Amino acid sequence: MSNLQLIIRREFVARVRNKTFIVMTFLSPFIIVGMVGLIIWLTTLNNDEVKEIAYIDETGLFETDFKSFDNIDYVNYTNVKLEAAKDSVISNKMYGLLYIPKKESTNSLAESIQFYADESPNYSILNTIESIIASKLTNQNYKAKGIDLTTIENAKARVNIKIENFSGEKTSKLSNIVKMIFGGAAGYLLMMFIIIYGNMVMRSVIEEKTNRIIEIIISSVKPMQLMLGKILGTSFAGILQFFIWVILGGVLLSIGMFVLVGDIDQSNMQEALKVMEDTQGGIVANVTEFLIEIQTLPLLELVFFFLIYFVGGYFLYSSIYAAIGAAVDSETDSQQFMLPIILPLMLGIYVGFFAVIENPHGTVSTIFSMIPLTSPIVMLMRIPFGVPWWEILISIIILIGSIIFMVWLAGKIYRIGILMYGKKPSYKELFKWLKY
Amino acid sequence: MTNLLEVQQATKQFGDFIALNKVSIAVPKGSIFGLLGPNGAGKTTLIRIINQITLPDSGNVFLDGSPLQSHHIRDIGYLPEERGLYKSMKVGEQALYLAQLKGLSKKEAKERLRYWFEKFEITDWWDKKIQELSKGMAQKVQFIVTVLHRPKLLIFDEPFSGFDPINATVIKDEILQLRDEGATVIFSTHRMESVEELCDHIALIHKSNKILEGKVSNIKREYKSNTFEVGLLSENKDALQSELADKFCTEPANFKAIDDQLKLKISLDKETSSNDLLRYLSDKATIVRFNEMIPSVNEIFIKTITENE
Repeated sequence: MSNLQLIIRREFVARVRNKTFIVMTFLSPFIIVGMVGLIIWLTTLNNDEVKEIAYIDETGLFETDFKSFDNIDYVNYTNVKLEAAKDSVISNKMYGLLYIPKKESTNSLAESIQFYADESPNYSILNTIESIIASKLTNQNYKAKGIDLTTIENAKARVNIKIENFSGEKTSKLSNIVKMIFGGAAGYLLMMFIIIYGNMVMRSVIEEKTNRIIEIIISSVKPMQLMLGKILGTSFAGILQFFIWVILGGVLLSIGMFVLVGDIDQSNMQEALKVMEDTQGGIVANVTEFLIEIQTLPLLELVFFFLIYFVGGYFLYSSIYAAIGAAVDSETDSQQFMLPIILPLMLGIYVGFFAVIENPHGTVSTIFSMIPLTSPIVMLMRIPFGVPWWEILISIIILIGSIIFMVWLAGKIYRIGILMYGKKPSYKELFKWLKY
Repeated sequence: MTNLLEVQQATKQFGDFIALNKVSIAVPKGSIFGLLGPNGAGKTTLIRIINQITLPDSGNVFLDGSPLQSHHIRDIGYLPEERGLYKSMKVGEQALYLAQLKGLSKKEAKERLRYWFEKFEITDWWDKKIQELSKGMAQKVQFIVTVLHRPKLLIFDEPFSGFDPINATVIKDEILQLRDEGATVIFSTHRMESVEELCDHIALIHKSNKILEGKVSNIKREYKSNTFEVGLLSENKDALQSELADKFCTEPANFKAIDDQLKLKISLDKETSSNDLLRYLSDKATIVRFNEMIPSVNEIFIKTITENE
């Protein structure tokens, strides 16, 4: 085995054996899925509670409109006097009382409907009730003006702009949102990976310095070999972790989808969809559509380019991390050199979240997806929106070129730094080391 | 005797600071070569150049007759002054790793490690982590790793620091044995008594320059001042003392003796031999001690350094 291979293996084993690594790798997908699951469970828990709402309809208009559905039970109290109804609602521990008084015009009626409740009522319930009443009253107004309801129904135009690119792939507004979410998540994850693994490289360099083993090692291998072995070995640990996450995440996601979609099927989906669409803007419908959109995303492509840009971005940044680690004696001293790493990463994220989402193929997005320090994040965010292959190629070539330059530069600082003890170097000094 | 290592006119500059100024040394095969000098003289820089950790700005290094190349790393075993091991790695694993970096196969490294671990009676350390060992114990592991690949040239920088006297003796004996088996040793230290004991050649580096080099015996011969320490029994000590002071250059000496002696250091000029002195003294008093004063390496060290200040 060559020395480089030996170093790579040692670094890989040292990373992978670390307890934090093991815990992070296997636990975090479960933690994330568990948290999402917990949130979903908590909301359904809330919804399972059936809310009884009493209503007094003095107009007699709404006889058929308040249909008990899902978690709301409407109880007709029309024959009860308002004061008695209030008492009854309180003693029966009902959610609230809706009072629709008799008025001359629909407009004054619209102003005078009241809802009595102990606590301020849930926004979505109020919304539901309001939309039921509003549509009824609107229809009432139409009728009063002698307009035929069916005519209006027929005259209504439903607009849903279909988006299609020139090569014939259909997309939709929703799919843009899904792309944004996935691109954003990938970009953010990439930044986290670069910071986490870059830090690992730095810590491992500092460890060798503080353990004073460095001189023993570099009397056997070239410093450049050691630095490269360190960066490569750590990157393999990162790739392994990423694959475990993708596999675990994939399994958990499909289990989750199965459970969620199955659930909706059982509870008479058609009716649910219809009512929900009428009342709450079709959230459930969107969830299903959302899941379908995820399936149409170029997920494999995204995973592939995530790996490419992770390795590229990681190489670029971790060589800087290695140089910093070599220059300082302890991790606390490294703070002063962190700015050149954090700044471009943050810039990449901000450009990603503002420019790319606004206009994925605009000038700002395109330029930042070419600049090597930001390109991994910005390009990854653009990829779900479809980027021409030659743009990706150019950005990767620029990235590789800068990696070679950066590794060379970092190697020079590393070579000197690892043998320097007890001095807290300044930028000026680092610059001088380049010339040794 | 041929030289295993030759450094010719090596110069190294860090910015404006000259760490090494045209230093040449020749280390004969099979010798124990002491590299001496005060702190910051440039010893470590020279050692690092020999180990190819730093490259000289100018000058050449030859190992076994050929210019230093990267494969020569495997012919050198280096125990640096700043030394340590991975704290969280197991002893055996770590020793194997370091041995493999020096080009040993895993199998070979394992066999040799077993031999050394048995020799030092530390076989039960194999699965321990370094952080569980004391400093002296870790140093033993480091020593093993340094010599495991049987290098032609061994470089020890302050090898005895961190060892208790018993283990220091063990290590010293091992170094001597390695020399007897054919290795050449470069030995950098401040502890002059171990230089005295071990080294047959020395070089002295001061302020980036080499100011002295050679066989220890030759250097001592050069530095001795033809001075003798004598102990004399006489009836009339004071008279004898003043008589001798007139004839020779004398100084009171200080050594332990059981009876009341006249203790003197007598320096002779070049024309007078020790026999002349003996003959002269034997007429005057009973000679109970007659000893040539040979300068210790320590004295030579201090003398040369102060002369070059």
